[in-house]
Amino acid sequence: MSILINKDTRVIVQGITGSTGAFHTRLMAEYGTRIVGGVTPGRGGGEFEGIPVFDTLRDAVDATGANASVVYVPPPFAADAIMEAVDAELPLVVAITEGIPVADMVDVARYMEGRSTRLVGPNCPGVITPGECKIGIMPGHIHLPGRIGVLSRSGTLTYEAVGQLTALGLGQSTCIGIGGDPIIGTTHLDVLRMFNEDPETDAVVMIGEIGGNAEEVAAEYIESEMSKPVVGFIAGRTAPPGKRMGHAGAIISGGKGTAAEKMAALRSVGVHVAESPAEIGDMMQAALEKSG
Amino acid sequence: MKIHEYQAKDLLRRFDVPVPDGGSAFTVEEAVEVARRLPGPVWVVKAQIHAGGRGKGGGVKLARSVDDVREQASKILGMTLVTHQTGSGGRLVKRLLVEEGCRIAKEYYFAVIIDRETRRPVVMASSEGGMEIEEVAARSPEKILKEQVDPAVGLVPFQSRRLAFSLGMRGKLVHKAAKVFGKLYNAFMKLDCSLLEINPLVATEDDDIVLLDAKLNFDDNALFRHKDILELRDMDEEDRAEIEASGYGLSYIKLDGTIGCMVNGAGLAMSTMDIIKLHGGEPANFLDVGGGANKDQVKAAFKIITHDPNVKAILVNIFGGIMRCDVIAEGIVAAVREVGLSVPLVVRLEGTNVDIGKTILAESGLDLIAADGMRDAAEKVVAAAGGAGGVR
Repeated sequence: MSILINKDTRVIVQGITGSTGAFHTRLMAEYGTRIVGGVTPGRGGGEFEGIPVFDTLRDAVDATGANASVVYVPPPFAADAIMEAVDAELPLVVAITEGIPVADMVDVARYMEGRSTRLVGPNCPGVITPGECKIGIMPGHIHLPGRIGVLSRSGTLTYEAVGQLTALGLGQSTCIGIGGDPIIGTTHLDVLRMFNEDPETDAVVMIGEIGGNAEEVAAEYIESEMSKPVVGFIAGRTAPPGKRMGHAGAIISGGKGTAAEKMAALRSVGVHVAESPAEIGDMMQAALEKSG
Repeated sequence: MKIHEYQAKDLLRRFDVPVPDGGSAFTVEEAVEVARRLPGPVWVVKAQIHAGGRGKGGGVKLARSVDDVREQASKILGMTLVTHQTGSGGRLVKRLLVEEGCRIAKEYYFAVIIDRETRRPVVMASSEGGMEIEEVAARSPEKILKEQVDPAVGLVPFQSRRLAFSLGMRGKLVHKAAKVFGKLYNAFMKLDCSLLEINPLVATEDDDIVLLDAKLNFDDNALFRHKDILELRDMDEEDRAEIEASGYGLSYIKLDGTIGCMVNGAGLAMSTMDIIKLHGGEPANFLDVGGGANKDQVKAAFKIITHDPNVKAILVNIFGGIMRCDVIAEGIVAAVREVGLSVPLVVRLEGTNVDIGKTILAESGLDLIAADGMRDAAEKVVAAAGGAGGVR
């Protein structure tokens, strides 16, 4: 099994006819993801390589019975697209778009309150359940079906960790990039909870980075609830304070959000924290052997 | 993005909040002109740099006559101002703000930020005005008042009044301050700020509210809808290489070490710096070429890294996802042929089309050091830069 998505997930692509959307729609379909439709306002009634295109998300859901969408819409229009998916009551929306204004995400977060949709992202690589379903931009071929859950704020650093796991023969149940922005729909804590409750996940790799306190919040949960081994890594030990390190959310401000603090918080609750990004796979192997 | 205090005050005037009358000056004569059109009897001459702590560093001076303004302006313009935020090198002062003085009864702190955890704007205020808010937070956190804002309705007047009362304000001042708080919140949202900070916001002896200082930082993601704010960017306040990099869509931050890095993705770029340090080296920069870098961007990244005279070796660390390793390899070969290479170059490629990428590099005839995995890459680049502990 897995969390969030599996072979039965039916996906709508928002922004399917844009260059990014079109490119990744092909790759997702190649991987085996069931892409049941696309939305591009004004292109309804048409097709994209055999996939029906709709004007509105509501139309797309009604016609296809979709239960997830992925957003490749450019930043100025992305918040609108996410809210349209929330309005259509899709259980899952994965927002890949990088560069959405923070104020727009404040509105999105407010709009989502009291509604049932789960948002992953924005500014994230997406979600993959290896061998079953890929929603996002990650390279499918580095993944291996298995029982390790992976969650991360980053894209390529997640691939690095997944690559190490796969090389050791440690397959993944589901890998989730939660996104590098200050305001994201799904946090470390949310994903940890899902992995903890998933009978097909044995252990979790959690990758964090400087900025904010989401890793510290996750540490509290791990201490009180987590029943599975967690291997952690925090990027940005050498990042200077006050500088935005690529990700909008990766900034040490007012002396808060440093890697040292986060590593200490995770260590204090029994997380196996890797000093080096090259050790993530090895540490997982060791953690699994230890826990039997 | 950051702007100067005088620019922030000009923007805030649009929202009908009380900022002192004054104007900017690039020369001593301009400073005198601004002073002449103000009534006096007290003027303030303030250095305009993108860093806090200007007063302690000698960049803010009172003047009691126009001649005095001339004297202070000539001292401050052209000085290298060192504050706790500038680093030891300090910052050259090229602009001034000259404004009217006011009779301060009490100083307060006021700010608006977006709180990541609650995903909402938060208004903060403190009776400890004029101090670094981090100091207040560390020493007496109970003195920082907070009001969480529902973005659907904005800062409601009762919240503003509650802040004012809690700050110890009484009488007419409460209502004056509450109005200003509401307008400042609106400015924060309308201008897509990442930070609005008024430190100090003052109550005058005549029971008026005045924004004595003003700091606005903006959400870079939202600048596309604020062309007027983009024009306020002061290139003199930014690192030249960082400006050049942003022109190519590269995210670059200069550091003090000797090992240049070129990486795809922010998280992997930070981790690459971390592992260099872990193996005894010091990173010379953060450089994220992004998810879909092309040959031109790779070339630009190389130029920027090699222009840093401290760089003794370069590490390219690419995990190809959507970005294919063969494209990156071609970019590296083209860049090295064009830019030249005077320091050792370690290349670690992984991911999509990695075999083709490695073949391209091997057949290029270039003098590269190939690495397998991040540990191997870090060890090789640290050795190439002169070994562990090697500092410039």
